[in-house]
Amino acid sequence: MKAGTIVSAPGLLFGAFGLAALLTPFMTLAANRIVAGDGIMAWNLAEPSAVLPGLAAVLLGLALGLPADLTKVRLAGSVLGLAGLLWLAVQGAPALLDGAGEYARVSPATGFWFLLVILMLLMADALAAMSPGPLMRGAVLAAVLGVLAVILWSGALSDLSVLKEYASRRDAFGRELLRHLGLAFGSVAAAAVIGFPLGVLCHRRARLGGAILPVLSFLQTIPSLAMFGLMIPILGWVGNTVPGAQAIGIAGIGFAPAYLALVLYSLLPVVGNTGAGLAAAPPAALEAARGMGMTPGQRLLRVELPLGLPIILTGLRIVLVQNIGLAVIAGLIGGGGFGTFVFQGLNQTATDLILLGALPTVALALASAIVMDILVDLTRRIPKVSP
Amino acid sequence: MIEIDSIAKTYDGIKAVDGVSMTVETGTITVIVGTSGSGKTTLLRMINRLEEPTSGEVRINGASTLSVKPHILRRRIGYAIQGHGLFPHYTVARNIGAVPELLNWSHDKIRARVDELLELFSMEPAQFRDRYPAELSGGQQQRVGVARALASRPDLLLMDEPFGALDPIIRTRAQEDLRRIQQRLGSTIMLVTHDMEEAIRLGDRIAVMDGGKLVQHGTPAEIISRPATDFVANMVGDVERPLRLLSLIPLSEVVEDGDAPGDALSPEASLRDALSACLWTGRTAVPIVQGGTHLGRVTLGAIRARAEAHE
Repeated sequence: MKAGTIVSAPGLLFGAFGLAALLTPFMTLAANRIVAGDGIMAWNLAEPSAVLPGLAAVLLGLALGLPADLTKVRLAGSVLGLAGLLWLAVQGAPALLDGAGEYARVSPATGFWFLLVILMLLMADALAAMSPGPLMRGAVLAAVLGVLAVILWSGALSDLSVLKEYASRRDAFGRELLRHLGLAFGSVAAAAVIGFPLGVLCHRRARLGGAILPVLSFLQTIPSLAMFGLMIPILGWVGNTVPGAQAIGIAGIGFAPAYLALVLYSLLPVVGNTGAGLAAAPPAALEAARGMGMTPGQRLLRVELPLGLPIILTGLRIVLVQNIGLAVIAGLIGGGGFGTFVFQGLNQTATDLILLGALPTVALALASAIVMDILVDLTRRIPKVSP
Repeated sequence: MIEIDSIAKTYDGIKAVDGVSMTVETGTITVIVGTSGSGKTTLLRMINRLEEPTSGEVRINGASTLSVKPHILRRRIGYAIQGHGLFPHYTVARNIGAVPELLNWSHDKIRARVDELLELFSMEPAQFRDRYPAELSGGQQQRVGVARALASRPDLLLMDEPFGALDPIIRTRAQEDLRRIQQRLGSTIMLVTHDMEEAIRLGDRIAVMDGGKLVQHGTPAEIISRPATDFVANMVGDVERPLRLLSLIPLSEVVEDGDAPGDALSPEASLRDALSACLWTGRTAVPIVQGGTHLGRVTLGAIRARAEAHE
C-alpha cells in the first residue's frame, strides 16, 4: 500500500527527539535522598541481557510511530515504547541499588522523563487521528488510569526514590490527597453555587454585569502568593472578632484562607462563562420563545441553559484545572494538600519529595481536564451536520 | 373577531403608533403594510403584548387582552417571525409541539398534532419529525416555524415578515401554502410586510401604515383603485396599478362562450396571467379549460373592459 509509506511529520519529530533523549542520562544514582546523583545511561542500567529488551521496545515503539496512515500501528508503537520505558525502570532500579549502600536512591532522570512525554504525545497524536467519541475517550482514560494503578500497586517501581518517599509518608499522603481534593473541588463547587446565579443576574441586568465583572477581573489579577498572603490577616481578624468563627475552623492560617482564596479566583471564569453561555442562544429563538408565551424562567431552563451549557461547563473546566494547580500554594499557609510535600521538599532540597507532591497534582489536573472535556462534548445539543 | 381600539405607543415622547383602530373578521387574512418606521411591527407586537400599549386596548372575541397575564395570552396567539426563530437544540417535533407542551397537552395528543401539521405542510412526518432545524433547508425551516405557530389551534396568528428571509421562488410557494392552509383551517391571520405585492397576493384586507397612523384599511381592490393618500398610491405604484388590479380577478369571472387557439389557462388564473399570455404569443383570446373540460375563452377586449371599470 503506497499510502502507508508516507511518514508522519510529528512521528518523525518524536523519533528524532526520542533518540536524542536516549543519549541523555536515563536514571540517577545518589548516595542519599538529598545530594545530587550521577547520571546513568540507559544501556548501563543493568546487565545487557536485562536492558536490551527494554531498549529494543523503546526504539521499535518510536519507529512504529512513523507511518502517517497506520493509526493503529502508531498507537501500538506508543504502548510498546511505554512498556519498554517501564521495563528499563523496573530492571534498572534494583540493579543500580545493588551494593550501592543503605541510603542510596535511584530516580528517573532527563532521558526517562523526556521519553515519557514524547511517547505520551505520540499516543495522544494517534488517538486524536482516530477522533474518538466522548465515551471512547472516557474508556481510554479509565484504561490508562487502571494500568497506572496496577503498576503502582504491584510494587514493581517501589525501588524508585519518589516511591520510597511515598512509603515513609503513606498516611500523610492519603490525608493530603483528600485535603487537595477538598480544596480544589470544594472551591469549584462553592464558586459554581455563588457564580452561577451571579452569572444569570449579570446576563439579565447588563448594568449589574458592568459593575460586577470588573471587580472579579481585578481579583483575578492579584498574584496567587499575594492572594494567599492577604487572606491571613483578613481571616485572622475574622477568627478573632466574630464569635464562634474559630470554632468552625476560621483562622489566619490553615484550610479556610486557602479555600477562600481559591473561591475568589474561580468567580470570574464561572460568572463570565455563565453570562457568555446564556448569551449564546440565537436572538430570534429567544424572541420566538417570548412570543409563544414562555415565562422568563422557562426561557432560561428550556432555551438559554441547554444552549449555553457547553460554554458554562467550559468555565468550570478552566476553574477546576486552575484550582488543582493553585491548591499547591495552600501548602505554604498550612492549608494542606500536595503543596505540603512540595514545600517540605524545597526546604530539604529533596527533589523526590517535591515530585511526590507535583506528580499527583499534574495527573489529577490532566484527568480532570479530560473528564470535563468529555462532559462538555456530551452536553452539546446541536448536531454539527448540515443539510 | 379582533377589535383594535384606539391603540397607541409612545417611546420617549415620539408616537410610534398613533391611535390605530380597526376590526379583523374571524377567518380572514389582514396584511399590515408600510415602510420601515411606520409602526407596523409595533402595532403587531402590541396585540400579543410583546409591547405594552401606552393607551387603547385590543379585544379578542370581546375579551380585552389586558385581562390576562401576557404569557398566558401569548399561548393562545400564534407568533411567527422572520428567520423562523426555531430552537436549534429541539427536533422538528419538539419545536412544533412547544406551545402544546406549555399548555400541558398529553404526549399522544401533541404527537398526533405534530404529524397532522407536518402533513399539512407537505413534510413527511416519519422523515422530518426527528430532524434538527440545522438539517433543514430554508424553506423547510420557515414551514416548521409557521407550523409551530399554528400548533395549539390559536385564535389568531401573528406573522412578522415571515417570508422576508426566503428567496423569491420559495417565497411565492410559501405564500401559496399559507393561503391554502389558512383556507383549510379557517385561521385568522395578521401579517406584517413591507412588500405591497405580498400584501395584495395574501390579504383579504390590507391596512396601510404611515408615520404611526393607519392611513387606509380595505380590500386589495379598494387599495389599488382608490388609494386614500399619495403615500398609498406610491406604495401601490402608479404604473403597475392596472396590472395589480387584474391580478386580483380570476378568469372565471369574465369567461365567455367560444373557442381560441393555443395553450389553455385554468379558471383560477388571474386576468393578469391571461393578458400576459395574449401579449407574449400574439393572441387576442385564450381558451379556458378545467380538468379537461372546455369552459370557453377570455378575450383581450374583456380584460380591457374590466381594467377600465375600476371606479
